[in-house]
Amino acid sequence: MNNTNTLISLRGVTVEYDGVVVLDHLDLDIKDKEFVTLLGPSGCGKTTTLRIIGGFTEPSQGDVFFDGVKINDVPPYKRNVNTVFQRYALFPHLNVYENIEFGLKITKLPEEERKKRIKEMLAMVGLSGFELRRVNQLSGGQQQRVAIARALVNHPRLLLLDEPLGALDLKLRKEMQIELKRIQQQLGITFLYVTHDQEEALTMSDRIVIMKNGEIQQMGTPTDIYNEPINAFVADFIGESNIVDGVMIEDYLVEFGGRRLPCLDGGFGKNVKVDVVIRPEDWEICKPENGQFRGIVKSSVFKGVHYELMVQAPGEEEEWMVHTIENHPVGSEIGLILTPDDIHIMNKMSPEEEAELVSALEADSILEDGEESDEE
Amino acid sequence: MTKKQNSFTSNLYIFIVMAFMYLPILVMIIYSFNDSKSRGAWAGFTTKWYADLLQNESILTALWNTLIVAVISSVVATLLGTAAAVGIQAMKKRNRELIMNFTYLPVMSPEIVMGVSLMLLFVMFGVDFSLFTVIVAHITFNVPYVILSVLPKLRQMDKYLFEAAMDLGCTPLQAFMKVMLPEIMPGIISGFLIAFTFSLDDFNISYFVSGERAQTLPVLIYSMTRKRVSPEINALSAIIFVVVLTVLIITNLNDVRKEKQLQKGGRRG
Amino acid sequence: MKARIAAAPYLLWAALFIIIPMGLVGWYAITDMDGNLTLDNFSASMRFAPVIGSSVWLAIIATGICLVIAYPLAYMISRKSGIGQRTLILLVMLPMWMNFLLRTYAWMTLLENNGVINRLLGMIGLGPYEMINTPGAVVLGMVYNYLPFMILPLYSVMTKIEPLLIEAATDLGCSPWETMKRVILPLSLPGIATGITMVFVPSVSTFVISVMLGGGSFMLIGDLIEMQFLGNAYNPHLGAALSLVLMAILLLCMVITDMFSNPEEKEGLLL
Repeated sequence: MNNTNTLISLRGVTVEYDGVVVLDHLDLDIKDKEFVTLLGPSGCGKTTTLRIIGGFTEPSQGDVFFDGVKINDVPPYKRNVNTVFQRYALFPHLNVYENIEFGLKITKLPEEERKKRIKEMLAMVGLSGFELRRVNQLSGGQQQRVAIARALVNHPRLLLLDEPLGALDLKLRKEMQIELKRIQQQLGITFLYVTHDQEEALTMSDRIVIMKNGEIQQMGTPTDIYNEPINAFVADFIGESNIVDGVMIEDYLVEFGGRRLPCLDGGFGKNVKVDVVIRPEDWEICKPENGQFRGIVKSSVFKGVHYELMVQAPGEEEEWMVHTIENHPVGSEIGLILTPDDIHIMNKMSPEEEAELVSALEADSILEDGEESDEE
Repeated sequence: MTKKQNSFTSNLYIFIVMAFMYLPILVMIIYSFNDSKSRGAWAGFTTKWYADLLQNESILTALWNTLIVAVISSVVATLLGTAAAVGIQAMKKRNRELIMNFTYLPVMSPEIVMGVSLMLLFVMFGVDFSLFTVIVAHITFNVPYVILSVLPKLRQMDKYLFEAAMDLGCTPLQAFMKVMLPEIMPGIISGFLIAFTFSLDDFNISYFVSGERAQTLPVLIYSMTRKRVSPEINALSAIIFVVVLTVLIITNLNDVRKEKQLQKGGRRG
Repeated sequence: MKARIAAAPYLLWAALFIIIPMGLVGWYAITDMDGNLTLDNFSASMRFAPVIGSSVWLAIIATGICLVIAYPLAYMISRKSGIGQRTLILLVMLPMWMNFLLRTYAWMTLLENNGVINRLLGMIGLGPYEMINTPGAVVLGMVYNYLPFMILPLYSVMTKIEPLLIEAATDLGCSPWETMKRVILPLSLPGIATGITMVFVPSVSTFVISVMLGGGSFMLIGDLIEMQFLGNAYNPHLGAALSLVLMAILLLCMVITDMFSNPEEKEGLLL
């Protein structure tokens, strides 16, 4: 990684609350003008990481560097960082204009300059003409825009966004995703974005950091992470997957579902148990007699752009999830083909890890990370 | 029973209870114009009791004492109580519950016990009864009410507002003044008003800590009712009733108007 | 966070003027005039058991009457229109804003032997009746002064009962009486508990109503305590012991209303 343009560095950052480790020796570098997303299930430590950088939580161990300067003891109001809070945290006693003006007034910017900047900012978020509205008269999407404007008007080097779109409905969320990306590129500000929504992460980020239990699982571009998940947790968290037991016979040859198929992975050793991950959209459907696998369509659900089929061969255990553009009626028999690069081999998860994965995926709530649990 | 009969019986019942509550007051107001010292017989119309009242040195002094005590004690109680509420809210759950328990103590325990306990304290440390002791006592019983009316506002407040202010460059003190204070102001004001009225009205505690020289109006009224019957008390009651009625009507009309404005604003937005 | 320090002045104040005075009451209760430890004050308190008993009894009667009057009233007010509710509640609160001494004094005027009521009765050839200086007059004074304390909490729980619930109960076949018993009463229990505490506490500890309407010949525990500190009987040690007895009675009252308002906790208490 090129060290010269690194904006934020976390080195061995650990956070503990009453003996519970929320962040475990975290190392993270964020480059200038980068859009980085922290992605993970609730309780993975992503919000805590954000709060460490914002200055609202102190690390129990480890250091935080901003532009190469250690900022562990710098209070939030002296950091050149601004935050878009989860439920916006707009000041209810102030109107839209006054909310955006708040930070500029504190830094005693001259009135003229303030006016100019706020005008620009309102235009950018599409709220020109809303200056005198009370914030609680705005819709969720409008409040969101005010929160973004209030943070960006201070020209921070780094903007922290804590699940900023969580409270919006699906359509608005999609619009805001595109808009946030546009704003980030237009202003050239570093964004650090926290979410538990993998799609959001894939859409906007230059780089995604996947976290679990206070540890980083994988970092990389959205394409890297999607195509080359490092373990079954990442594979399952990013997109949907078929994960089945398999055995690595030797390098580049794997056995699963009763077949031996060539793959691109090696270095696991001979006859080692592994997890095999297959993305549902990677299957190629063909006539039953031409398939590596064949099976009966047990169910078919239309998902908007594709059909989701569950396919199972009579007498076989494995049930495959298959995404296809063309529907196949329930009860019909089809064949399935995989090319070697469709087969992803992972180290076997321990049973505990497997249980954790299941519970992490089931915990669908937007409850926040660790530290808030002591509140009523 | 039909609906009409139903509402007739309920209206009748409400009327009877209201009559029970207001007849004594009405009788007092009528007798404040009675030209006789005795309470029973009607001996013609007069306003002399009102004139006497306004020249009665001890009543005017007591009124003045009452106002001084109410103003000082409610202001101090509001400051102490608001700060306390902010502090309590920031505490861990266990400490918070512990402190709230003894905050409830003066609210729940009988006033006479509080009066007696403060009296013992002042006697023990040789503090002479004066307006000072009355003010201290009033602050003590008022602070919990301020805390109890500010705390819910703090709890309702979005807890990220404070962080948002710091994020935008406020020092903690600035964040408190510019963001938190406006948010909890309604609670502070209602706490202040409760403290002020309780202070004006208190007899049970003031009685034990006021001594001869620092009588508040309720304490004086009590000693007047004990000595001899005085129609001036009727006049005083009438005046107080009219003042209270006026204040309540004005504030209530104000509330109604604000509500209407709010509704209009809501429709516009 | 440093915000906790903001509570420090209050904690200091509370220690000085709540905790230490309460400790003094406790200390006085277990010492005699010479400062020796003793339990005599408590045994002396027991000599006044009849007074304590009648205080509790009168307060219970007054609380009961308040509940009986206030419950239907609060319900009726809660079913009125918005403006009607507002006005009526204001009317309920208005007398509370007048000093209770003045309100009690008004009843003296009415109840005296040559007072307004006896004169009116005399005009139609009845009486005079001995009304003031009786236990009945004291109970009347308590009911009159503390009735709003019962109405307000009841009203506030009842306005929160949705009219839809009542319609649903009717729809499911409840008669008005059954609706009251099965829906409204259970939902208003917390209000009943609060109301009972708010009326019982000042009633059982009053020392003014009994003097003004009971004529001083009729004593309550509040009068006993007052006499030990400011009256002829001056004995703060006995007064402190009596205060603790009063606190104990109130604690018992609160425990009982708690049990009554929360059936789940009741089980815990009984076990």
